Amino acid sequence: MRNDEYDFTLDRREFIKLVGGGIVIFFTAGDPLTLQERRQGRGYPEDFNAYLLIGEDGRVSCFTGKIEMGQGIHTSLAQMLAEELDVPLNSVDMVMGDTKLCPYDSGTFGSRSTKYFGPPLRQAAAEARGVLIQLASEHLGVPAEKLMAKDGTIVARDDAKKKASYIELARGKKIERHLAKKPPIKHYSKHSISGKPTNRMDSEQKVTGEAKFAIDVRLPGMLYARILRPPAHGATLKSVDTSEAKKIPNIQVIQDGDMVAVLHKHPDVAESALNLIKAQFDPSESKLDNTTIFEHLKESAPEGNVVTEEGNLEEGKRLASISLTRTYFNHYVAHAPSETHTAIAQVEGNKATVWASTQSPFRAQGEVAQTLGFPPENVRVITPFVGCGFGGKNQGNQITEAARLAKLSGHPVQVAWSRKEEFFYDTFRPAAVIQIESGLDSAGHIVFWEYQNYYAGDRSSQPFYNIPHHRVFSMGGWGGRSGGSVHPFGVGAWRGPGSNTNVFAIESHIDVLAEKAGMDPLQFRLHNLTDERMKRVLMAAAEKFGESFSKAPSGNGYGLACTDYLGTYVATMAEVKVNQNNGKVQVERVVCAQDTGEVINPEGARMQIEGCITMGLGYCFTEEIRFSNGRILDENFDTYTIPRFSWLPKIETVLVDNPEMPPQGCGEPAITTMGGVIANAVFDAIGKRMFTLPMTPARIKEALR
Amino acid sequence: MEKNIRFNLNGKMVNVTTSPDRMLLWILRSDLDLTGTKHSCGEGFCGACTVLVNDEPVLSCQFPAQGVEGKEVLTIEGLQKNGKLHPLQKAFMQHNALQCGFCTPGMIMGAYGMLLKNPRPSSKDIIDTMEGNLCRCGSYGRIIQAIQTAARMMRGEKP
Repeated sequence: MRNDEYDFTLDRREFIKLVGGGIVIFFTAGDPLTLQERRQGRGYPEDFNAYLLIGEDGRVSCFTGKIEMGQGIHTSLAQMLAEELDVPLNSVDMVMGDTKLCPYDSGTFGSRSTKYFGPPLRQAAAEARGVLIQLASEHLGVPAEKLMAKDGTIVARDDAKKKASYIELARGKKIERHLAKKPPIKHYSKHSISGKPTNRMDSEQKVTGEAKFAIDVRLPGMLYARILRPPAHGATLKSVDTSEAKKIPNIQVIQDGDMVAVLHKHPDVAESALNLIKAQFDPSESKLDNTTIFEHLKESAPEGNVVTEEGNLEEGKRLASISLTRTYFNHYVAHAPSETHTAIAQVEGNKATVWASTQSPFRAQGEVAQTLGFPPENVRVITPFVGCGFGGKNQGNQITEAARLAKLSGHPVQVAWSRKEEFFYDTFRPAAVIQIESGLDSAGHIVFWEYQNYYAGDRSSQPFYNIPHHRVFSMGGWGGRSGGSVHPFGVGAWRGPGSNTNVFAIESHIDVLAEKAGMDPLQFRLHNLTDERMKRVLMAAAEKFGESFSKAPSGNGYGLACTDYLGTYVATMAEVKVNQNNGKVQVERVVCAQDTGEVINPEGARMQIEGCITMGLGYCFTEEIRFSNGRILDENFDTYTIPRFSWLPKIETVLVDNPEMPPQGCGEPAITTMGGVIANAVFDAIGKRMFTLPMTPARIKEALR
Repeated sequence: MEKNIRFNLNGKMVNVTTSPDRMLLWILRSDLDLTGTKHSCGEGFCGACTVLVNDEPVLSCQFPAQGVEGKEVLTIEGLQKNGKLHPLQKAFMQHNALQCGFCTPGMIMGAYGMLLKNPRPSSKDIIDTMEGNLCRCGSYGRIIQAIQTAARMMRGEKP
């Protein structure tokens, strides 16, 4: 978006004023997406977009537009900073997602925080250390090269008595630096904080109930709003009668254009008032439902584009002794975050402050500014802890709704979506169709691969197997915009966007080919791989799994799937039991090996992998949004089943050692292998291939019939 | 009709004047501004709003306020004693048995209610009892471990 009115610039002088004294390092966070947006004229600082502060109290603060939604960067980024600056981890404060204090950031998604924000943060911390050494050199009268940093102190190498703490050095100072010459960062072998398993730094607040989420913000005079919603996507309001609702004491009813809302100092009373509103809607024009959606998607697909192409498919087909075409499907999947979309807005004069459950505070700032007609710098978005995101909180109208209602009512207003609204306005992971045409030569090599997807986009669709003749073609992405008006409701990024679908199809199909080639799934993959890094990850998973494949149906149900997710390599193996009477699958065991380059917090990485595996079971077995004529039929967790305690398999994680490679993303990769690994294990168990996600008991029974 | 409801909340008597059929969750979160107890599904399907009433775990989003008259209500804010973390809180921290932390208060209160009755739960006991508590981040395995560690601490054994 090019918009010259957008001015997110936080003046340096203003920043120094806000944070008080100390030493400030400005640096440029190297996320290509953020940099690209900057080039597109988003009007924020040219030479830096992050800050690091060593305060007069010796505490170190990292100011970042990233947010914490459970993924653990609150801890891992602090580790990177503490390591490079030589301070104890508990002296680091993370200031996140506050548009007033933090520099512009495009949003927290795509497993990009550690990968793209981490290295420049590390560099900034090294710069800060350099500045402190310079200051200490002047202060102590010792040449800089004879000084070193240790535990928040600069000390002379040959005389431990000559030292100055960061507190002493920062006190009374107002120093801002942006060093042109970058001091070297530490080699990983010298690390004592980064790379060590570290407990979450936010856990004490979270186990005591003190952690504040947007839904917990309380302001004097605050009202809770409930908003009239259509029964279906595309249904339009015909008439409304709010007279009964108005009889509730102290209720405020607001009608503004298409918005009808009731506000009260208690949310449940507002809800009761909402239930008294009589409204008539014209029905939606959408005639689609779960059973017709795949045909519709194929018919309405956009022209598409070649993602990657190599060799000559015709030549490949001539080389093939066996050719196989299969089609794979997946249904719409909800994010279902524990905390629903929530925002609290306070409007004073021409200024607004908004507390939002969002992955994109700066986007929210722009939207609120536009909605209220305020200049963006008059809008401050504060992001407390976010109760799950998974891509679903990249956007959300609750923020502008709260802002509008705050302005109209003259009170601070909280809009917290009910679970039903959450399911209605979610930007689902889109339903998608993938067709793969492929062939093997007599030696069991894949010789051609023609891959076409509808609405799964390009991510993770590129073959990493050694296939001489291939073409990957994508018709429609996972986002709402590229989907146009094809989907009857919003779609968008869902943890590992597009990849869950693509990897399910690819890795299922690899097993289909393996069977034809008469090789076991591991053998066949190794036979068709030249990528040594992938082979190593596969072997790490196989070794930990420790079981070998036998011919399907084997009864015991082992599966394997692997992928390259934006530079992180993952191989997952699973063991399942299938109840052939009721079609239910119990996953007994999952082993996941991941090479994510240098690991900052091994404990955090394992937690993310475990979370991916557990969450991924939902889209394997139950998660499918049912809808009809614009209505969303699943409105709560009674019919939309997400993984529970009893689903839990034994999970083992292997972090494949690769510290020479810069840190890659960790929050999403493992989940993208789940569809494939479970479908493959189910096939191994029952000898039937499941082509549709989720593999519900009904679909498994159908396959067994 | 509004009614005066008197109950013991985290060790202190409180009085709330309210319509008696409003749900306890909103009395806690809105009338009393005690926000540790979470609203997530609002219909009793997720366990995020779990609190204890006379040592019994209840879903506060489905529990009418009049039901607490004269009773003891314990929420996550009341679990610490004399500023010291409860063994469950310590164990959740030690095992990193949380990610986003939104379901955590409900998990801990549900687990506490279970441990009061069953101080030595097997992992099957934990799974059966906690089945109604949902964690979208997928911390279930760590939560089971944390509950077992806490149970040992509460029995005075080595964690």
